Amino acid sequence: MANTGNSSVSDLQKKYKKSGMSRQVWRRFKRNKTAMLGLIIITLIVIMAVIAPLIYDYNEDVIKQNIKEKLQAPSAKHILGTDHVGRDVLARIIWGARASVFIGLAAVALAFIVGGALGSIAGYYGGRVDGIIMRIMDIFLAIPGTLFAITLMAALGKSIPNLVIALTISTIPGFARIVRSSVLIVRDVDYIEAAKAIGCKNSRIIFQHVLPNSLAPVIVHTTLSVATVILTIAGLSYLGLGISAPMPEWGQMLAEARNYIINPKYTYLTLFPGLSIMITILALNLLGDGLRDALDPRLK
Amino acid sequence: MEQKDVLLDIKDLVVEFRTDDGVTHALNHLDLQINKGETLGLVGETGAGKTTTGLSILKLVPSPPGVTVQGSIMFDGEDIREQSEKVMMTLRGSEISMIFQDPMTSLNPVHVIEDQIAEVYEYHQKVSHEKAVEKAHEILELVGIPADRGKEYPHQFSGGMKQRVVIAIALAGNPRLLIADEPTTALDVTIQAQVLEMMKDLRNKFGTSMLMITHDLGIVADICDKVSIIYAGHVVEHGNLEDIFDHTRHPYTEGLFNSLPNLNDRKAMLKPIRGLMPDPTQLPPGCPFAPRCDYAMDCCSKSKPKRVYRNDEHYVECHLYNEQNIKEGGVINRD
Repeated sequence: MANTGNSSVSDLQKKYKKSGMSRQVWRRFKRNKTAMLGLIIITLIVIMAVIAPLIYDYNEDVIKQNIKEKLQAPSAKHILGTDHVGRDVLARIIWGARASVFIGLAAVALAFIVGGALGSIAGYYGGRVDGIIMRIMDIFLAIPGTLFAITLMAALGKSIPNLVIALTISTIPGFARIVRSSVLIVRDVDYIEAAKAIGCKNSRIIFQHVLPNSLAPVIVHTTLSVATVILTIAGLSYLGLGISAPMPEWGQMLAEARNYIINPKYTYLTLFPGLSIMITILALNLLGDGLRDALDPRLK
Repeated sequence: MEQKDVLLDIKDLVVEFRTDDGVTHALNHLDLQINKGETLGLVGETGAGKTTTGLSILKLVPSPPGVTVQGSIMFDGEDIREQSEKVMMTLRGSEISMIFQDPMTSLNPVHVIEDQIAEVYEYHQKVSHEKAVEKAHEILELVGIPADRGKEYPHQFSGGMKQRVVIAIALAGNPRLLIADEPTTALDVTIQAQVLEMMKDLRNKFGTSMLMITHDLGIVADICDKVSIIYAGHVVEHGNLEDIFDHTRHPYTEGLFNSLPNLNDRKAMLKPIRGLMPDPTQLPPGCPFAPRCDYAMDCCSKSKPKRVYRNDEHYVECHLYNEQNIKEGGVINRD
């Protein structure tokens, strides 16, 4: 009896010793069932996107037209059926995840770096620097994100790098704002002054002391941004401005299937790409919400 | 006194905070001197300019709105006001370092403490991270924290422990001048005594000069060699411990003593100083303490008092005194 008591105490101590910040966040995150569901779905989608070439061959299964097998209902051979030119819908959805996931992540990562740098410079230095950077961001924010991306795509022309650029630019202002506001909170805290008092350089103060402490809202914003960006990619592709045929993309699959939307026989053509978008966005939002709760120390 | 013994010499320092609401006169012709190996207590009320003095020495007064209007801050013969930011960065932490008031907020919550201490070594001694962490462990042991706790985060320490960590960071660069801004205010009394005791030991060990910013005369008696009493950004009385405690001259200093509970007579009422510090945006033209002073005369509100010396060290700025009566015991007689 006493023995078990002792071991549990030492276990607790071990646990306590190890409980760094990230560990605590993970522990709180794990308790949140819906957020875990979101994380699992996102992980599956990313895995799916990464291993897509192993499951389906791009040239054979994804873009090769096979008119003889067009518009087939879901069957054992084509689990989700075939589209109007006989391509396997499942293969195209799985390959479509690549476009959404990779372009989405690339755009958000770029926006994170650029917007984060602009926001932290504006927040840390304040004054005129802050004014100039943030007014430019305000101008960008005055235009709705999707509309802005459409304009940029129309101006730059259709290509994947241009798509990434358009999405990045329309996502930067949001990042700049959120990073700036969290930097402003941390900027005047005692330990920043203490860091100055031991002779730290500004760059080190920003990266070592300010940014890590203002990261929580930024992480949440990042996950939610990925959702927005994926939705924008789908929207742009639906309008024919994003990913161009024959490369598969969920929004573009919807666009191609819109002629068959009235016929209940062909529901699967629109249903599955639509569901893919919906589930991805939902999962990202659940993940974002869960992260927000887990990163907020007040909700311990 | 030989000039070479002086480590820090502040003369006629004027610092203002210029905001839209007016100019706040934080420091008004402040004079301060610390000799090598000595500890000076800077005593005054909240808002007297104690912390601004500390920040001025590090050239960290937030600017804007802070403006240093005139005066000089000679540190080891060189004027800090004329140093570039680059030079200041190398001075901060290695020559001069500061212990902040609140240990709860002066440590970064997302880094383990050994990294925060190691930062000083990496910066000023240009050693590798591994070596710096090793040194951090040594100094942790020195301030009485087991080295293996270095892997923990600030929130896993108690207040007293955190202040030890903060002191370890301040001492890591082996500074010649340590500015301690109310280092024990945020701690409870038993821990205060421990931390003070430790600071005394370390000071003697390293031979560091110290500027002890405090409002606690008990701490001053315990740790300081000399005392400057600051009121509205100006030193009104200065002397060594004996001068200040046994030959109190300035009515404000007396007021500070009267505000302390008397252990010998527990029933005695406290006599706090009436009124509040003058509004630093509108300082009175004469002696700033005049509106609160029980001994105030007509001239007090009109002209600034001159400095009168009681001995080589002890001086007071008050209209009550002149060259003759100051040595005799004067108006306020606590001799």
